[in-house]
Amino acid sequence: MDAYSTPMDAHAASSYAIDEARYLEEQRRLARQRRVLPVLGIAGLLIAWWAVIAGFNIKPFIAPSPMLVMQTIIQKSDLLLQNLGVTALEALLGFILGNLAAILVATVFVHSKILQQLFLPIAVAINAIPVVAKAPILVLIMGNGMAPKIVIAAMVCFFPTLINTVRGLEAVNPQIMELMRMLSATRTQIYFKLRLFSALPYLFSALRIAASMCVIGAIVGEWIGATQGIGAQIIQATYNYDSPLLYAAIVMSALLSGLFYVVIALLEKRIVKWS
Amino acid sequence: MNANIDMTAAQSPARALRGAGDMAVNGHAISCRDIVVRFFSNRRSVTAISGLSVDVREGEFLTLLGPSGCGKSTFLRVVAGLLPPSSGSITVLGDKPSRARANGDVAFVFQDAALMPWRTVLQNIELPLEISGKSPRKHRVRTAELLDLVGLRGSENAYPNELSGGMRQRVSIARALIGNPKVLLMDEPFGALDEIVRDRLNDEIRRIWKETKLTILFVTHSIYEAGYLGERVLVLAANPGRVRDIVSVPLPYERTLEARESPEFVSLAARLRRTLETC
Repeated sequence: MDAYSTPMDAHAASSYAIDEARYLEEQRRLARQRRVLPVLGIAGLLIAWWAVIAGFNIKPFIAPSPMLVMQTIIQKSDLLLQNLGVTALEALLGFILGNLAAILVATVFVHSKILQQLFLPIAVAINAIPVVAKAPILVLIMGNGMAPKIVIAAMVCFFPTLINTVRGLEAVNPQIMELMRMLSATRTQIYFKLRLFSALPYLFSALRIAASMCVIGAIVGEWIGATQGIGAQIIQATYNYDSPLLYAAIVMSALLSGLFYVVIALLEKRIVKWS
Repeated sequence: MNANIDMTAAQSPARALRGAGDMAVNGHAISCRDIVVRFFSNRRSVTAISGLSVDVREGEFLTLLGPSGCGKSTFLRVVAGLLPPSSGSITVLGDKPSRARANGDVAFVFQDAALMPWRTVLQNIELPLEISGKSPRKHRVRTAELLDLVGLRGSENAYPNELSGGMRQRVSIARALIGNPKVLLMDEPFGALDEIVRDRLNDEIRRIWKETKLTILFVTHSIYEAGYLGERVLVLAANPGRVRDIVSVPLPYERTLEARESPEFVSLAARLRRTLETC
């Protein structure tokens, strides 16, 4: 028995060891690939952009080369950052305001079907009006300052968060709900110990959407009437045929929504550990 | 373990008094007469339970066996006071079911463990204390006893998604026991587990029953589980749910899984099977 089993086991063990080494090597290769390919993709896009501008001899006021945009960002960084700060503040305040309002309204809706049936259609109707159409109304009412931009940013965040949070607050495991009834839990206890946690994954997927939406809202608000902010700069640069500045402003706004998104994604990872 | 249980009883004179009051109900923990439960769905009424009468002795382990649609789970919800019967009368510990539940005398174990995935094992077990406004910190001794009782010592800080199905169900049993209930309702608690885990938990729930002297109503689909666990088996027929038979289990109080190979058990299982075929 031993005479047979020993070489067999040895063989099995060695082939396993080779497989493990191969497996680890394969995993390392895949990890490298995950890191390298996105960088290659972006680099490829920038090279293609540059090649088109250089190859067709496109004038800088129509479309600048990536190097020129980079140069402009560095040269006019003070101006850009100052405007970015204004837009970031508007977007952030709008984000906080809109989402808080949405969570509060969702809480009310979940506890009162009557109010939900009464007011949800109004929320749907207001959401159906495009942002660009809502913005002038708010600028007329609230003037040229930061307030209308904050409100517009809040409004675009509000709806997705409202719908998702209502769905999340209602997406409670029915057996856990029955357990809470067994324990004679109050509605407040059910809300804070069960519903709120059940809603968190839904809330965060809405917040990811809201993270980029609030920047769009603030910029659209600035287009209608503003003297500062990335949106105002985009309009100004377009009128002046200053396309390097226009592109630089666009890059800054993209960085801003990217930053918002990353912050939300990190928060989600820290808070929603269970799903 | 027994010593611990006695200690908690001695520490709580109010509990002992309440226990004395229960004796007035002729030793019946649960008493139902002609329970009927009707549901209305799609504009027609469905009779889930039709005229169910049964008395459950204090400290009895009663298993409920029956095919799907026999109203087993519905009956547990009536006993829990979550669902008022359409007609008939029921008392739990000599009181209305909803009152017994509100007193914390009735606890429920669900088929899926129904744990909150964002809470650790310990936090899940302490949930009933939080809901009733008691400080979990003051009950740490009791919680530690329960962790030992259900074999979870060392896993207090694990999250449910790190546990196996059997472990999760142990957590939910501990959570049900934390409020010192007198009646434990179990709705197919081991139905989703594999047979090996199920056998082990069957032994453990028998042991827990003996140590805590609880009254247990245990719903199951399994003939073996019903026969091995119960002192009596209540066989229900379906459509509408009604009592088909009540069978006393001829096994000794102290049993091991080998008891399922005894001739008494084999003939009991055969009888239950024949009864179920006519349900």
